[in-house]
Amino acid sequence: MTAPRTLFDKIWESHLVDRQDDGTCLIYIDRHLVHEVTSPQAFEGLALSGRKVHRPMQTLAVADHNVPTTDRSQGIADPESRTQVDTLEANGKAFGVRVFGMSDERQGIVHIVGPEQGFTLPGMTIVCGDSHTSTHGAFGSLAFGIGTSEVEHVLATQTLVQAPAKNMRIRVEGKLPKGATAKDIVLKIIATIGTAGGTGYVIEYAGEAIRNLSMEGRMTICNMSIEGGARAGLIAPDETTFAYVKGRPMAPQGADWGKAVAYWKTLVTDEGARFDREIVIDAAEIVPQVTWGTSPEDVVPITGAVPNPEDAADEAKANAMRRSLEYMGLTAGQKIEEVKIDRVFIGSCTNGRIEDLRAAASVAKGRKVDPTVKAMVVPGSGLVKRQAEAEGLDAIFREAGFEWREPGCSMCLAMNADKLEPGERCASTSNRNFEGRQGRGGRTHLVSPEIAAASAITGYLTDVRKFLA
Amino acid sequence: MDKFEVLTGVAAPLPMINVDTDMIIPKQFLKTIKRTGLGKSLFFEMRYDDAGNENPAFVLNKPAYRNAKILVAGANFGCGSSREHAPWSILDFGIRCVIAPSFADIFYNNCFKNGILPIRLPQEICDKLMKAAENGANATFTVDLRAEEIHMPDGETVKFSTDEFRRHCLLNGLDDIGLTLVKKPKIDTYEAARKADQPWV
Ligand code: SF4
Repeated sequence: MTAPRTLFDKIWESHLVDRQDDGTCLIYIDRHLVHEVTSPQAFEGLALSGRKVHRPMQTLAVADHNVPTTDRSQGIADPESRTQVDTLEANGKAFGVRVFGMSDERQGIVHIVGPEQGFTLPGMTIVCGDSHTSTHGAFGSLAFGIGTSEVEHVLATQTLVQAPAKNMRIRVEGKLPKGATAKDIVLKIIATIGTAGGTGYVIEYAGEAIRNLSMEGRMTICNMSIEGGARAGLIAPDETTFAYVKGRPMAPQGADWGKAVAYWKTLVTDEGARFDREIVIDAAEIVPQVTWGTSPEDVVPITGAVPNPEDAADEAKANAMRRSLEYMGLTAGQKIEEVKIDRVFIGSCTNGRIEDLRAAASVAKGRKVDPTVKAMVVPGSGLVKRQAEAEGLDAIFREAGFEWREPGCSMCLAMNADKLEPGERCASTSNRNFEGRQGRGGRTHLVSPEIAAASAITGYLTDVRKFLA
Repeated sequence: MDKFEVLTGVAAPLPMINVDTDMIIPKQFLKTIKRTGLGKSLFFEMRYDDAGNENPAFVLNKPAYRNAKILVAGANFGCGSSREHAPWSILDFGIRCVIAPSFADIFYNNCFKNGILPIRLPQEICDKLMKAAENGANATFTVDLRAEEIHMPDGETVKFSTDEFRRHCLLNGLDDIGLTLVKKPKIDTYEAARKADQPWV
């Protein structure tokens, strides 16, 4: 009998092509997602060396970072952005790789498109030249971000040279209280382990509160693994996973389906498998969360107050806090719910899926965005947008005074025209609150879609529970 | 990466020492999304005037050297930054071999990663090659990496030496990807087994 293995061990071992004497491994890559920013030099490398894409059908490209979220009939105004997007489409043609172009309804943020199409499947290895590739771990697949030279390596060989990671398990036990969401769970986790806590690990998320989440909620959790320092997060596939995957355009069909599900059911951590680190969090203690600073670990409950640097564990942390407070324009002790906001951004690969939009719309319905706030909703993909419109969510948002946009990364990283002005404060459903992330001098508070919508209505960071019946 | 076995082409003389990476490719060209296309900007400051017109006195603008495949240069070639744009621009111009008395370390390494052969030779031999390169269209050299020899236009042969592993990689066109492709049979075996077992992959 073999020793008990973790889910990570199982996926890793089933993808080993070669193991060198020094311990580095050549692992097979099942799925490769490609976007316009990190791929041009990789394709160029292939062209220069006369190589082909080894498995074009295991590769899927989509433009997301640079695309405008307003009327696209005029194309992209910024020449450098336009060049990158055009380059992706040209590379797709030249190398036989499928590209969901800007006018394709399936276009959207790469980490939303993969699962939506059934391109992302349990038990796979999935890479993309993008750190939030961790999102796909929600399906029980080993998914992580890579650099441009590795993108080229995968395109050419469908493999990667890698060393195995350490195993961490985070169990979120019990039931979530009302008003708390997947976003609040993951913010709580990052606050607990810190932004470097997951470095060198693959994190498996387990426990009742994780099991009870929908696939979309699970994606929100795995998405932000990287903010906790882990390259990848994993959730064992179960009936929720199979139900989500079934019938998607690129999912297994017919006899393959049954065979696939039988295999996927083996993808669980064995009883007694060893983890290098294990953490247990009580779900009952998770309340709606918000970040106050410029690191994703700067988390407080929405009902709390801005912390005081004097209370920091050490001087280095205290200095970092002072810098954050100054950048964020906040003072220690200030009540979070008294913080005035100027902008609201609902979208991104963290919270730009249909359930996120439904949750935000349920808060916005029949209410009005505060006149001092500019709020926008950016669906994560064209299909999310279509679904939302079919459900009338766009009308709810528009009537409430939100802007309803075309899909893309948008103000998550402000590479296109959507950005904060210096000093503007934003309640954002995205994943990074770094200085300048949403525009130079912009101030980001990471929150759930529900809190973002509630804050748009009051004009202040707001506990969504006040809006719940 | 293309194999480098035997290269025959015109050698251009650039009798300058300390040619740095800014001279090879200035920083305004680093914003590109490409590794290719830099050839037209190679040696930009020396090659073009302020109005962007070619400077006819610069060696690569002279008719005899416009298609040069080899560059003979002075000591400490490629000093400065680590930018890989430097070898990229040289390669994109069409030069695959640079001969000099010495090279900056990083540039030297970057050359091998991009299929360019940098050859280090003693100053007096470089002087001889430089003189031969000044013969314009008649300055056709043959660089034979397998034999580690340079055949000059007058029939004379110059020996050089290269690190064995790097020679192996260049001769076989192996970069990191190339090294993985050596394991191609293992990848094929793996793929065949997966396909039988999990046809949906
Ligand atoms: S939405 Fe934001 S985090 Fe996600 S892929 Fe786009 S830029 Fe990256």
